[in-house]
Amino acid sequence: MLLYPAVAAGGFRRYATYGTATAAGVFTNTVFGFIVAYTYIALWDERPGLGGYDQAQALTFVWVSQSLLAAGALIGGGFQEELQERVRTGDIAVDLYRPADLQLWWLAADLGRAGFQLLGRGVVPLVAGALAFPLALPADAVRWLLFLVSVVLALVVSFAVRYLLGLAAFWLMDGSGVNMMATVVSILFSGMLLPLTVFPGGFGEVVRLLPWSAMLQVPMDVLLGVHAGAGSAAAALGFQAAWAAVLLAAGRLVQSAATRRVVVQGG
Amino acid sequence: MAEAVLEREPAVREAVRRGRVREGLRGYGLIVAMWIRSTMAYRTSFALATLGNAAITLLDFVAIWIMFSHVSVLGGFTLPEIALLYGSCSASLGLADLLMGNTDRIGARVRDGSLDTMLVRPVPVLAQVAADRFALRRLGRVGQGLGVLGWALSSLDVAWTPGKVLLVPVMVVAGAAIFAAVMVVGAAFQFVAGDAAEVQNAFTYGGCTMLKYPPTVFAADLLRGVTFVVPLAFVNWLPALYLLGRPDPLGLPGWAAFASPLVAFAVFLPASLAWRAGVRSYRSTGS
Repeated sequence: MLLYPAVAAGGFRRYATYGTATAAGVFTNTVFGFIVAYTYIALWDERPGLGGYDQAQALTFVWVSQSLLAAGALIGGGFQEELQERVRTGDIAVDLYRPADLQLWWLAADLGRAGFQLLGRGVVPLVAGALAFPLALPADAVRWLLFLVSVVLALVVSFAVRYLLGLAAFWLMDGSGVNMMATVVSILFSGMLLPLTVFPGGFGEVVRLLPWSAMLQVPMDVLLGVHAGAGSAAAALGFQAAWAAVLLAAGRLVQSAATRRVVVQGG
Repeated sequence: MAEAVLEREPAVREAVRRGRVREGLRGYGLIVAMWIRSTMAYRTSFALATLGNAAITLLDFVAIWIMFSHVSVLGGFTLPEIALLYGSCSASLGLADLLMGNTDRIGARVRDGSLDTMLVRPVPVLAQVAADRFALRRLGRVGQGLGVLGWALSSLDVAWTPGKVLLVPVMVVAGAAIFAAVMVVGAAFQFVAGDAAEVQNAFTYGGCTMLKYPPTVFAADLLRGVTFVVPLAFVNWLPALYLLGRPDPLGLPGWAAFASPLVAFAVFLPASLAWRAGVRSYRSTGS
């Protein structure tokens, strides 16, 4: 049963070898953090308390989002292109022969990748942001712990959605169109573009119930203390866990339908 | 005899240089035409990708639009005024991305050794790198940017003069040239730094994200940085402020609004030097 931890460690090490790319990513996340932070200051100056956040909370939202972006593969990246490529070339047949579960294999590898990017690309932008702006980071260890649990659940939900996109290659052959549309949806509905609490009216209410909300908005709210109190925190984590379970189960169903389509050509 | 050759040498070198520019443009055109033909083999896929490209870039405008559902001004600017900034910057970046955007793949080419093939072809490397995988679908961003720009110009109450009318196309084209020069510097940097395409994104996409908002939003040091160090302010801020009749927060004189083409030319000089230095420093991995 040490197989999947080993796969995860492999995923971690694989991304750890891209030193320059990681440094470049940290630089870019930091630059974007500064730009977005100034626009948020202008917005919250105009409307204090917008979306239920004060200005320090809004700025925390910006910088922690930049730190989670690569780990959650919110604007693409991650593994689904690789899975699609393996389906297209037929290498997937080799994967199906392995004495391992396909979905768990990719989940372990993706969590390893995410783990590296959380450390490699997450810490520096957040420190830069905390030095330059007044942030509302909690001093309470329990809240940080709840945030970490929420981040892990967010990564699993993100994986489960991207696994479905990867499997779409069994029917589409070329995944680039689907990937692009999925990125549009993820940027808009995760809270990356603007906190989902700022989205107006009924549209905002619907958006907050979708799985993308579990990828960024919920962990951010857990960190910012919107879900203070045991009941509220449990509800937030339960929302994420429910989406994770539903989407992973959907992934299983689609996977079994997809593998029935595999015809090994040989040669 | 020797003197005569030496005397003529600058002229000869000039002719050779001009020949190389023509050769470069011709090579660029041929590679681009090839990629367009290959894209057009799947027309539906092309149409969807172009629409997707426009949709993904329109998202930033959705963010601004949602912000304006809560406020009437941001940094003292109204929605049509910000749309002017957004549309012009988006169109400029879109054009630069269409023409030069694939230069950021150079890091991958250095790593996998496929740059070697480019070095032996009789077309300048920069032309080949820029035209590599030319993606006509990027017209989606250009079209979307021009659309928002058109809407902004029709909703704004600008006191038009011939100078201001001329400034609009000059702003978009010179802005594209400035972004293109930044892309070339970024590509040259990848010869030294390896796979650092994202640094380039910070200046191009990040720069454009910044230029979509009014300069009044940002700290003065940041404004000085994008005016005097990486002169992105000349992409659209300075011309747009002039169109809107607003003062520049750094207090630059009014003629600075018309300096964008000169600035574009000025940044191309270091860009082309950096590029040459990059190509000269290239050592093949041998793979």
